[in-house]
Amino acid sequence: MDESWKRARAVFATFAGPPVLWLAAFFLVPLAIIWAYSFGDNASLTRIAISGTLANYIHAIQPLYLGIIAKSLWFAGLTTALCLVIGFPVAIAITFASEKSKAWLLLLIMLPFWTNLLIRTYALMAVLRTEGYINFGLGFFWTGLGHLTALFGHPLPAFQPLELLHNNFAVVFGLVYVQLPFMVLPLYAALDRLDRSLLEASLDLGAGHLTTFARVVVPLAVPGIVSGILVTLIPSIGAYLTPDLLGGPSSQMIANVIERQFKTANDWPFGAALSFLLMYMTFVAIAVQAIVARGRKARGR
Amino acid sequence: MRERGNRASRRLLLAGMGAAAGALSFAGLDGCAPKARIGPNGEEAKLNLYNWDTYTGETTLADFKKATGIDVKMSLFATNDELFAKLKAGNPGFDVIVPSNEFVTRFRLADLLQPLDLAKIPNRANLLPAFRDPPFDPGRRYSMPYTWLVLGIGYRKSKMRGVPDSWKWLMDSDRYKGRIGLFSEADDLIELGAKYLGYSVRNVPLAVIDRVARMYIRQKPYVKIFHHDEGQDLLLSGDIDIVMEYNGDIAQVMSEDPDLDFVVPKEGSIINSDCLCIPKGAPRPDNAHQFINFLLGGKAGADVYDTIKYPTPNAAALDMMPASYRDNQAIFPPAEAMARCEYAEFEGMARAHLYDETVTRIFAA
Repeated sequence: MDESWKRARAVFATFAGPPVLWLAAFFLVPLAIIWAYSFGDNASLTRIAISGTLANYIHAIQPLYLGIIAKSLWFAGLTTALCLVIGFPVAIAITFASEKSKAWLLLLIMLPFWTNLLIRTYALMAVLRTEGYINFGLGFFWTGLGHLTALFGHPLPAFQPLELLHNNFAVVFGLVYVQLPFMVLPLYAALDRLDRSLLEASLDLGAGHLTTFARVVVPLAVPGIVSGILVTLIPSIGAYLTPDLLGGPSSQMIANVIERQFKTANDWPFGAALSFLLMYMTFVAIAVQAIVARGRKARGR
Repeated sequence: MRERGNRASRRLLLAGMGAAAGALSFAGLDGCAPKARIGPNGEEAKLNLYNWDTYTGETTLADFKKATGIDVKMSLFATNDELFAKLKAGNPGFDVIVPSNEFVTRFRLADLLQPLDLAKIPNRANLLPAFRDPPFDPGRRYSMPYTWLVLGIGYRKSKMRGVPDSWKWLMDSDRYKGRIGLFSEADDLIELGAKYLGYSVRNVPLAVIDRVARMYIRQKPYVKIFHHDEGQDLLLSGDIDIVMEYNGDIAQVMSEDPDLDFVVPKEGSIINSDCLCIPKGAPRPDNAHQFINFLLGGKAGADVYDTIKYPTPNAAALDMMPASYRDNQAIFPPAEAMARCEYAEFEGMARAHLYDETVTRIFAA
């Protein structure tokens, strides 16, 4: 495959040219401008002077901001772990479903993407709020139960609505809800390629279902797990909308701080430094992952 | 910063979609529209207005066209920051903009405003005396007031013990724990905290900023949410019972739920005023003056305030308003409470960064 591409240079250039130009003009150039801003000063209300200063980065590695990054990592890590635990059974179920229902199940996983994230988050608020659907449903059953117990002379106290919205629980709940499809799809892709005869062999040779799962299915699904973790973890660290709308007084994540630098605080250089700090950390994580993967491959041979 | 009129249009929806829609509608203005007629003043008979959502009367723009023949094309912004960002790289063709008082200062410092030709605005005689010479624009050389607002406490009467007429119940007490909503805007939060502690909202001393931060950190376990100006919705839906909010926003929900009320705390508060300004590079400055003069008229003003329910700085319009507006204590808080209120000021970027970092510290604690 590689060889034939190298020979057909003209064809390759024709097809790769436009997307590369697109990427350069609308992704790399704006990114480079923001990167340059991260070494700049606020010269006036409307002008940023690129002076090469490191002051923004020095400001950004204060304990205050590192603590917020650590908290964002904790939220994102928890979200990713929950997505993995919930997503794995879902992916296995889809893999073992009949061909016809498989297509429908995959469609159900992708259906949420047809609705804007903002709309979905507002819908979630309507479900979780004090007078939302969950509390309404619980209150209905609680009152019904109260009528029943009252017949036996033990009336229940009045229903106290659960505090589901505007706290850290709501943020992680919202992030899991948003990120779950990103975990399920790569897991499904990995599991679907899995050779069923390996499972049969494992079971025939006396391993139980759990052992087969732990020692055959999971190791074979590692590439899917790793890419699932990456595509869930990285957007979760930079989540902005979810903590903003669902969060409470202590749900501030690093993206909310960055947003304020670009809007109300009007400190673009500092905001740029904070976002690039996050980006450097992501690069390091991806590099480490690549090195680990290469090491495993080398050992495999 | 504020959510105007139509409560269905939520802040983020507006900020997100409004930005896109605004850009689109504006691109349509100068590019594709057929060449407009030339008016008697030698300018094209049209005008580009950049305004908050639901911030004009239902027939205001049509009435202006009937009176002058000038077509007004309105684009919308959701926050002062959005307005500033749009103009800081150069005026894309707006004739009239509506920044709040602190941003009038900011625009002026950035040299983005045209001085007004006061001779072309005779209706400025309609302004109430309190609005003729504000500290943020001495002599009204760059701005004419359109509305004013005051921050205070919105509350649910049946859940309160007495009238919560002190910032204490929001900032420094566990009496309404879990039912409290505070503003998330850094400057309002810090300045009102200083006001509660007995200081002016201007030039808050550094030690006081620190005291305010520690007070909010202490208070945080009792706070349900730091909201983005949707406090009136949270109050109406029962998520919270007491909230820091603008009078106009609370006045809107009071008509839907008689159990809600508004009070300006006894320590005093911050007044804001949204103003009509002409940005530098406005293509049709004479039309812009005509439009500003028109809005300051009695009848046109009354049409506007009848729709948007914000307090007016316009005496002629006020005279034409019904008693339900004039005597509404949420729209017009008692004079003795207003006497203890002051305008906040734009105090430079370093100050803004300090306030932002203080709030980051409070949220992270």
